[in-house]
Amino acid sequence: MRNIWTIAKKEYVSFFYSPIAYVAGIVVFLVLGIFFTYDLNVAILYQYPPDTTYLLDILIYPLLFLLIPILTMRTLSDENKTGTLELLLTAPVRDYELVIGKWLGTFLFFLSLVLLTAFYPLVTNVLVDPGIDQAKILANYIGIILMAGAMTGVGVWISSLFKNTFAALFASLGVLLLLWLAAAPAQFLQGNAAAFFTNLSITEHYFNSFRSGVVNLKDISYYVSLTVLALFLGTRSIESKRWR
Amino acid sequence: MITVRNLTKDYGIHRAIDNLNFNAEKGEVLGFLGPNGAGKTTTMRILTGFMPPTSGTAAIDGLDVVDDSLEIRQKVGYLPETVPLYEEMRVYDYLKYMGDLHHVENSDERVEDVIEVVGMEERALSLIRNLSKGMRQRVGLGQALLHQPEILILDEPTIGLDPKQIKEVRNLIRGLGEERTVMLSTHILSEAQQICDRVIIINKGRIVAEDAPENLQDRLSSVRTVTVRVADQIESAAGLIRDIPGIVSVRINDDGQIQFDNLRENDARPLVARALVKKGFDLLELTPEAVNLEEIFLKLTRENAEADTPSQDNPESEA
Repeated sequence: MRNIWTIAKKEYVSFFYSPIAYVAGIVVFLVLGIFFTYDLNVAILYQYPPDTTYLLDILIYPLLFLLIPILTMRTLSDENKTGTLELLLTAPVRDYELVIGKWLGTFLFFLSLVLLTAFYPLVTNVLVDPGIDQAKILANYIGIILMAGAMTGVGVWISSLFKNTFAALFASLGVLLLLWLAAAPAQFLQGNAAAFFTNLSITEHYFNSFRSGVVNLKDISYYVSLTVLALFLGTRSIESKRWR
Repeated sequence: MITVRNLTKDYGIHRAIDNLNFNAEKGEVLGFLGPNGAGKTTTMRILTGFMPPTSGTAAIDGLDVVDDSLEIRQKVGYLPETVPLYEEMRVYDYLKYMGDLHHVENSDERVEDVIEVVGMEERALSLIRNLSKGMRQRVGLGQALLHQPEILILDEPTIGLDPKQIKEVRNLIRGLGEERTVMLSTHILSEAQQICDRVIIINKGRIVAEDAPENLQDRLSSVRTVTVRVADQIESAAGLIRDIPGIVSVRINDDGQIQFDNLRENDARPLVARALVKKGFDLLELTPEAVNLEEIFLKLTRENAEADTPSQDNPESEA
């Protein structure tokens, strides 16, 4: 546990050594800010209450799918490339502690970015009378955070497979897109087969429940299982490096 | 302290180390000497718990490197050959991080101590990426010392350093070797001579010789080559040397230096110096040539090959 925390802390802080943290923070804030302003203007024009849920949708496709691979791409590939992995693997740290630590540090950094976006619903809550549907926004956030956790896990796992940072970036981008598009075959199928593919998709578990304010055990367990599976695969991949 | 029995490691079809057996005692500085690709790094990586052997066992303090890997890693300080460091971190933060990973108590204090031991006080807050090769080496060494390991495993600790830095690092290692077991690899014989109590020579994954460095050198070459430089009249000086008893052969090399060989047990240097000065030659230099590793290897591997001749029909897997 202690090792996980040590590694996570270092990983979190290391985002601030590079421009990544600042660029990512600015981009997230700026993109959402533009849409937020647009949303407010439209709401004023047509006289209806603005819905922050639409704003958070923007977080998912353009930002999560791009930002998470960028944040995770170097987590283990860089250690592998520069040889520092040898230090970690000869320190009294278990392989799974290393992988979980890497995931946790990256996930916590992503949480900090998500926390920044809470500015918009808070402002909307003040502007709109009698306030926004806070429970629904909270459910949105829970869903996005769970999804981000699973996506971060996938990114860390993919990063463990490569020495090249960009190979890791594009590979995790590819895997995440596959997880998103997994629902596509459902359009041509019926019954259980369709349900199977729908349930496979990483985004369906958000859009069919959390987005409308529903928190389901089924969707939570999907994201948690995916996270655990990805971290397990990451650990196996690190273990296998010892045998080469 | 370190016990290695029948240790073998294969990378695919390539056998990196083949049936190694050796021990290291507490308080000993053990040198691991060999050319690139001899299996030094592989052996060290097995001892540090980085990778498991294909067969055979290695134990430190009675703990097996595979079964008790975590305890071993706590006991061993390791400096890999490439000195991997986090470029974007500051020296202090890096050492603190590595200390925390090794569960060092009072890590702040300990980091400061280590920074002092490796002489990095002035650069403690520098980014690692801005450090010179020698300083990086010292930071790497500091990292290996943090958790006060009983055993230090250093892979080529002086490679790529300038002479002054080499001297500093060697002195540091000698000092460290007084209270703990140090195992270091090198391909420089003189280095092994200066700092090691015992040397193991390894070639193509096999131990070809194991002894105290002085004995090794004597054993390996019965003849000593000495280089002489005189101000002028090189030819006649060479002629003079040729007449001195005990000299095996004399030649003049391309740089205008005279080189003579004499038997090791019969040092002709005083005779040569006296004779040259007496005849009025300006003697500028009289240097015994260090036996270099290449010669030793050629010799040892030749001996090895000869010893192996009866079993030539079971060929080495290596190309």
